[in-house]
Amino acid sequence: MTDQTLGGTDFGKIAEIKGRSLWDDARRRLFANKAAVTSMIILALMIVMAAIGPFLSPHDFDDQNYLYTSSGPTLSAPTQSGETTAYFFGTDANGRDIFARTWIGARISLAIGFIATSVSLFIGVIFGATAGFVGGRLDNLMMRLVDILYSIPHMFIFIILLVVFGREGGWKNILLLFMVIGALEWLTMARIVRGQTLSVKEKEYIEAARAAGVSSWTMIRRHVVPNVLGPVVVYMTLTVPAVILTESFLSFLGLGVQEPLTSWGKLISEGAQELNTAPWMLLFPATMMAITLFCFNFIGDGLRDALDPKDR
Amino acid sequence: MVWFTLRRLMSAIPTLFIVVLATFMIMRAAPGGPFDTDRQLPPEIQANIEAKYHLDEPLPQQFIRYISGIVLHWDFGPSFKREDFSVTELIGRSWHVSARLGASSLTIALVIGVTLGSLAALNQNSATDYGVMAGAMVGITIPNFVVAPVLSLILGVYLNLLPTGGWNGGALPNMILPVTALALPQIAVISRLTRGGMIEVLRSNFVRTARAKGLPEGLVIRRHALRAGILPVVSYLGPAMAALMTGSLVVERIFQLPGLGRYFVEGALQRDYTLVLGVVILYSSLIITLNFVADITYGVMDPRVRTSR
Repeated sequence: MTDQTLGGTDFGKIAEIKGRSLWDDARRRLFANKAAVTSMIILALMIVMAAIGPFLSPHDFDDQNYLYTSSGPTLSAPTQSGETTAYFFGTDANGRDIFARTWIGARISLAIGFIATSVSLFIGVIFGATAGFVGGRLDNLMMRLVDILYSIPHMFIFIILLVVFGREGGWKNILLLFMVIGALEWLTMARIVRGQTLSVKEKEYIEAARAAGVSSWTMIRRHVVPNVLGPVVVYMTLTVPAVILTESFLSFLGLGVQEPLTSWGKLISEGAQELNTAPWMLLFPATMMAITLFCFNFIGDGLRDALDPKDR
Repeated sequence: MVWFTLRRLMSAIPTLFIVVLATFMIMRAAPGGPFDTDRQLPPEIQANIEAKYHLDEPLPQQFIRYISGIVLHWDFGPSFKREDFSVTELIGRSWHVSARLGASSLTIALVIGVTLGSLAALNQNSATDYGVMAGAMVGITIPNFVVAPVLSLILGVYLNLLPTGGWNGGALPNMILPVTALALPQIAVISRLTRGGMIEVLRSNFVRTARAKGLPEGLVIRRHALRAGILPVVSYLGPAMAALMTGSLVVERIFQLPGLGRYFVEGALQRDYTLVLGVVILYSSLIITLNFVADITYGVMDPRVRTSR
């Protein structure tokens, strides 16, 4: 294309002057938002700590030290071999290191957040784009289904499904948790995508594509999905914290992750029971979780302002 | 308006039916029955138990028996684990606890949330606005199962002002902590919704007209702006109720309250199918009813909906 010329104009040269796309504008606005940028940095740190945190502790997350149970943060705790050791965040009732457990919990909670969100994204985008694009009766039917699922209290369905199918424990239980949460979190996503699709559908470029004989599926993939991406990205950032909260809620009730693995919700649940005698058991995991949720919310708000400036 | 109401009603009933059917199917699809014990029961006894609870009938017949029991006799069947009780009895002695908790929390959340949200909108980008929005962010982010134990530690244990648990016949001091823990996140959400709605309405033409014709600012807000501005809150009523029910699962547990939520969690952990089924049906019908009421209220309050359908 670069060597095509017309009337002496070198189009290759013109193309090199880079225009500012909507996405460039959005990125600029996002990086001008201090709260969002700070949140991104903190969140990145949190993810790094989830990856390496457990190795920074002298203890494995399920090591028990009966000489130092339910005790506060210290650098010189007694051990059975007579040496002293460090517990940065204190220990729980079984003498396990809260520091290592907090970061193992971070791994599980963040993993559930991201995976369940991806599941919900996948289902929601396909469902919403199809309903909006095809329209008519199918749209009506599909959206009625969403309405019906909406009016069910989700937490109760999660609990029933986990009780009924989650008897194995271990990784199977975590996998089930991913699927169950993801499979019910897609509803809002489907609604957003459908709404956007409906408005995109009327645009001229769709008409052009239809006139050129492009198949529906290709049109959804090539034209509709990229154009509804903005609100989807915003909603995704807000789904991750919602999912983390849901998981911690279930773990709090004793239905989530099983021993010896742990998640923030489970740690908070244990901490809440020992709040009187060992407040650090609640303090550290709850703070980490709250910080993470804050970050996601600020990033989500920042993204929304960046992508949709009219709402500011 | 009548048509609008009827149409909404026509969609609410099938929704409820599908919810009941789905829950019923999931419970019956469960691997392992409620009477599986470590000790293998003799087959005759197993058969007797199954016959007593009609588990030997084909599924459709069980479902019809269950539904007609509820509709005709308000009978949710026997509890599978608490043999001396029917589910109706268990629900009967616990629902008023949850209902009082939920109703108080919702009322408080609505009053405080709408007030704070309007204040923030009227003083947009002021210190008040930022304060309210920061508070709302905290309220949304920190889950009530963290707020509840911290509140009970500070106010109950350290300051010894309030009881840390128990129902005590619904005495006011026993209500304060659970209701606060339940209402806080809802106050946060409602104030955000109100702020958003009000900001949009305050910029609209009819508010400018009201101001232009010389109405005092207080009247403009009360009579014109607020009515349209809280529409997002009205449509949030159903989800708010769902959130309160969900929250009550942990709050009732933390404060040891004898409400429905606790029965549900215990029932689920003990695989007491009929009890779980009963509570889910009750909660779902409540939410569906509330969604219906919210839709109608929305229609009454927003003239655009009323005329367009």
